[in-house]
Order: sequence, then C-alpha cells, then structure tokens
Amino acid sequence: MAYSEKVLDHYENPRNVGTFKTEGVDKDEIGTGLVGAPACGDVMRLEIRVKDGLIADAKFKTFGCGSAIASSSLATEMIKGMTLEQAAQVTNTTIVEELNLPPVKIHCSVLAEDAIKAAIEDYKKKHAK
Amino acid sequence: MANGASPKIEVTVPAGVKLPIYLDNHSTTAVDLRVVHAMLPFFTEHYGNAASRNHVFGWTAEAAVENARGQIAALIGGDGKEIVFTSGATEANNLALKGAASFLRKQGNHIITVATEHKSVLDTCKRLQREGFEVTYLTPAKDGLVTPDQVVAAMTDKTIIVSIMLANNEIGVIQPIAEIGAAIKAKNPKCLFHSDAVQGVGKIPFDVEAAKVDLASITAHKMYGPKGVGALWVRRKPRVRIDPILDGGGHERGMRSGTLPVPLIVGFGKAAEIAKAEMADEALRLRALRDRLYRGLTSRLSETYVNGSMERRLPGNLNISFAFVEGESLLMALKDVAVSSGSACTSASLEPSYVLRALGVGDELAHTSIRFGIGRFNTEAEIDYVIDLVVKSVERLRTLSPLWEMHQEGIDINSIQWAPH
Repeated sequence: MAYSEKVLDHYENPRNVGTFKTEGVDKDEIGTGLVGAPACGDVMRLEIRVKDGLIADAKFKTFGCGSAIASSSLATEMIKGMTLEQAAQVTNTTIVEELNLPPVKIHCSVLAEDAIKAAIEDYKKKHAK
Repeated sequence: MANGASPKIEVTVPAGVKLPIYLDNHSTTAVDLRVVHAMLPFFTEHYGNAASRNHVFGWTAEAAVENARGQIAALIGGDGKEIVFTSGATEANNLALKGAASFLRKQGNHIITVATEHKSVLDTCKRLQREGFEVTYLTPAKDGLVTPDQVVAAMTDKTIIVSIMLANNEIGVIQPIAEIGAAIKAKNPKCLFHSDAVQGVGKIPFDVEAAKVDLASITAHKMYGPKGVGALWVRRKPRVRIDPILDGGGHERGMRSGTLPVPLIVGFGKAAEIAKAEMADEALRLRALRDRLYRGLTSRLSETYVNGSMERRLPGNLNISFAFVEGESLLMALKDVAVSSGSACTSASLEPSYVLRALGVGDELAHTSIRFGIGRFNTEAEIDYVIDLVVKSVERLRTLSPLWEMHQEGIDINSIQWAPH
C-alpha cells in the first residue's frame, strides 16, 4: 500500500514522542489516555499537560502500523494550545483528511480520537473533587 | 531528542549491494537466467502445440514437454508419466483434493488436513465440507509440526485422503512426511496421501517413494522457474485415480484438459534439473546466510521470538517476532527490503496470520512477526545490511512503543485491562 507524504513524514519524524512522567512534570497537570489493545495490533498512549485551562503540551507513544503512529503524532500537534472543550471536539475525520488515510486505515484515526478523549477524561477525573 | 523526536537511523549500504533487496523467496523467486535461455526458443521458433501429432512443430513441442516431465519427475523420485501439468500449485491442490474426493466418494467422506496448510488446501477442504465431506483440521504443536500418531488417531474407516504439506510457506517448518506416510499406509493402504510439496521441492530432498505419497503438488515459480505452471504428481503404481475438474480435450491422461504451455513447461523442467544438481550446495549456503541473519538479529536485540521449529526448517526461512514493534510499521522502515509480515495490517482480512495462531502464538506476538525468505541470488553483504537495518529500525520503533516502555519498567502487559476494538 502506498502511504501519503504526510503519513511518511509523521512516521519518519514523529512529533512529541515521550512521556511527562520522566520529565518531572507535576502529576496534577497531566491527563493520560491509553487506548487499543496489543492483541489488536495497536496501542496508543497520549498524554496532555494542562495549564490555565489550555493544553500546554502533549506527548504520545504508539505501538501500531505507520498510520497509527502518524495519527497519534498528528493528534498531539493538533491539540496543543486548545482548551479541553476544543480538544474534545477533534474528530477522526479531521485526521483522516489531514493524513489522507485510505478506508482500511480509518480505525487508526478513530483510535487517535479515542486517545484524546481518554486523556481529557483522565485529567477531568483527577480534578473532579 | 528535542521535542521528543526519535533519532533518525543511519545504515550504510555496503559496496556491491543494490537496493531494493529481495528476501521474499517463499512468495516467488526470480527466474534463473539458465531457465530463461532454455525457454526462449519455445516462444518464437518451436511454438507448436504439443498435442499436434501430424507435423514437426508438434513433435518438437511434444519432445520438449516429455523431456521436462522427466526432469521434474527425477527431482522427486517419480516417473515422467506421472506428471500432470497444471497452471500452478493452487490448481494442483484443487485437482488433488476435489479430484480424489469426487472419485472416492463411494469409499468414504472423511478428509484429514492441518490447520497450517496453504489456503488453496484449506479453502478447497471448506468447499468439500459444503458438499457433504467431513474434514478434520489437525492442530500442530507449538513448533508447527504434526506427528504420525496424531494423523493416525484422526483416521476413521471413512477417511479417504490425508493432505499434509511438506514445508510451510510462512514458518518454513518441515513436516515428517515419510513417517506420516508410513503410518497412514500401515493403518489403511487404501487411504490416499497428498502433499502440497511446493515450498520444499528443490530446497530439501523429497522422494515420493520414501514419503509414500500418492499425490504431490509442485510449482515452478518457487524454484527459480516461471510463474503460471505447476504440476500434480499422480502415482501410477499402484494406480491412483482422480476425477478431472476441467472438461475438455482430455490432455494429461484425461486429468487436466487444456493446451500445454510449452515454454513454461520447458522452463519448469530446466529449473528442476538445476535444483536437483545444485540443491545440496545451495542448501548449505542458504542455511549459512539464514543462521548469520538469525545470529545477527538475536545477538543485538532482546525480546525476539522465532516462530516454529528452528531444527526442522527450510534452509532459507526465518520467521521471527520482534516483540512490542508492530509488523507493518517495521515493514515501512524496511522499505528497501522485500519481506512479509504476519501482522493483521498487512493482510486483506485484517486478521493476524492464521498459521501463527494455529501454533498458539499470541495475537500480540503475531502482529510483530516478520518472514525472511532467503534465496539463490542473495549475498552475505545483503544479509549484513539487512541485519543492521532491522536492528536499528526495531530499536527506533521501540522508543516509540508504549508497550516496550512498560516492559522496560517491569509492567506485565497481560495484567492490563485492554479494550479490544
């Protein structure tokens, strides 16, 4: 299968790889989304760092095909600077269009959307009290 | 690692190595130039129909076909008269199973095969099930092998055919065909034994008499011959009878109608002749390259798992899982190296390899498997380049993998409640 230029770019130069926990970031500022399953061939972990109501930074690590890596890399780029509400409205179709994903790879974009939502949920749960 | 970027990998291409590198020789092989030269005159000069009995064009074509039958039969210890040419191994497997099942319908309705067979055997068996036959699919052990006892235990007085491949196309494991053949015939001499011998013939010794097979499928393009021609070897002593699946001019002793593709058959014959002459030396060379690849990868990478028996394996095969790195993402990094993966993302069905599943390899490891198929034209320098490229690519992708990070931290991946999707 031929990949789009953008998928190749994100695969070869993934943005925002890593985790906040090794960087001494205050745990309270972090929300983590871990979605997918090893048995299904893709697992994404997306972390957000929230400051003053805005997503100040985001990081990811992904086990999955090139499109899954690209989708999560793109997702971290997109949500930086957004409010939680704005980020919660990012849908997979934006990712599909941006990366030119073929139909067989749409589930990668869905997983990235799920990862964003899960990270937001996690952050909100921490601050619910 | 500013901005959390993962390091770019750099791998030097050694002098004399030309990209891309072909390491997918279980899929198909390049045609040997000696085979091409043997074929050429039969396109433009000796283009007669081998079935034309009344002129020299036909006689020349027929003589060439008969010569090829002999070359092919010699490779497997059979007689040229027992070769039935087909369009390839898929047709040969269809003909063997459907043809034998149809002919033996009155004798019984039970067929035995193995869950790791090629789809052209499994899907043919499924069709026969829809037509009223009963099929037992044996599950191999973790090493990919079935035992003679396992086969015999599945036999009933209704069993008419047992079909077991010589060597597996994904994991390269070699079944104990001769022992299985002896056990089948000891239990019931009338039960037919078919072997899809496609991956093994020309790579490892295979003798139809020693194996006690009645039917054997082979193909040219897996042994440096042309695509589009294969054969079903059909035993004559004692005579094995099968119904044809194509109706027509009654070619190939009535078992397979259709004008013979003479240039392809000549190429098939030449490829078989070369394989017979060079197999022993070639196997040693390929095994050395394969072992070099295996050692190179496993000495530099941890958490690698070979799929299937390492001892009973085709010389040029290595099927290995790189835990925590999804196969398709690794194939992307190996874009200048032709290999294949058992990952779901590389299959049309989005299911991981059914062969690895049958061995009991977990889906999470099946997704990380890569099949290397080393062949006649690969060199040591190519293997060294591939080792370096794979090692560095796996290391890079592991830095991106949350599972690798968890593994490094001592977290058991299986202890996490994953949500299958």
